[in-house]
Amino acid sequence: MTAYTATVTVRLKHGVLDPEAETTRKALERLGFDLEGLRSADRFEVDLDAESAQVARERADEMAERLLANPTIHDYDVEVSERE
Amino acid sequence: MTIAVVRFGGSNCDRDTVAALEHLGIDAEIVWHEDGLPDEFSGIFLPGGFSYGDYLRAGAMAAHSPIMDEVREAVEAGTPLLGICNGAQIGCESGLAEGAFTTNVSARFQCEHVHVRVENADTPWTTAYEEGEVLELPIAHAEGRFEIADDALDRLEADDRILFRYCDADGNVTEEANPNGSKGSVAGILGVHDNAAVLMPHPERSTLPDLGHTDGRGVLEGFERSGT
Repeated sequence: MTAYTATVTVRLKHGVLDPEAETTRKALERLGFDLEGLRSADRFEVDLDAESAQVARERADEMAERLLANPTIHDYDVEVSERE
Repeated sequence: MTIAVVRFGGSNCDRDTVAALEHLGIDAEIVWHEDGLPDEFSGIFLPGGFSYGDYLRAGAMAAHSPIMDEVREAVEAGTPLLGICNGAQIGCESGLAEGAFTTNVSARFQCEHVHVRVENADTPWTTAYEEGEVLELPIAHAEGRFEIADDALDRLEADDRILFRYCDADGNVTEEANPNGSKGSVAGILGVHDNAAVLMPHPERSTLPDLGHTDGRGVLEGFERSGT
């Protein structure tokens, strides 16, 4: 078994309104920042032990499918790295 | 008949719901989610509140409570289910209904009275009303914006599964009368099974005469009409 960290990033699908990001963008502009756009995302770092990076990825994928993301509004991606 | 009102950690409309149902002569009892559904019940109510503090997404955690497997089985077997507010969010997160209720376009919690128009009066939950009738109901949510893929919304409309849309006092569905940015101004829909319904407005807060308005009682009376 190898120790991995699977990083799951959950984003709103393209075209789904993100009122919190919009509010944040306005607040940044109020602070004087110049920006074209802003998107927010949730990032989950899951520490797990698995036989291979592929197995770790599959498990993180299932976590995203079943709980971390809502497929109606979200896309997600998973990155796996070995953990010290 | 007894309606099982499922209490999760953070539910807070459960007692209001029991009071409203009992006022209508419908027996109801609160069921703690960890205890599972009782041996005998004739309907299921997922009440409003902030289950699990709305962590992750509103309703996401409660949707995976073990009791929800029993709830899904019961609904598939024909048991009537009503999910209100957080209960509607749980209903969508658990696959009992399509779509999702997510952050209001205002990005704020909104507690106000709204108008909704009855879109389909041919369901147990709406047969007390006329199609096109305008009800005044309270909302209290931060994540009530209905989101769904365009083609899925088209299917809901084609199948007449939309129960209520936000509207103005005269029944006009307009952008201004849409309190949270819901797609299609959708306030409530039938679930995947016809015996289930989810909606963001609170009919149980519009049932007791002491509260000043009773437009919501017809929705709760749906349990009597579902006749299990």
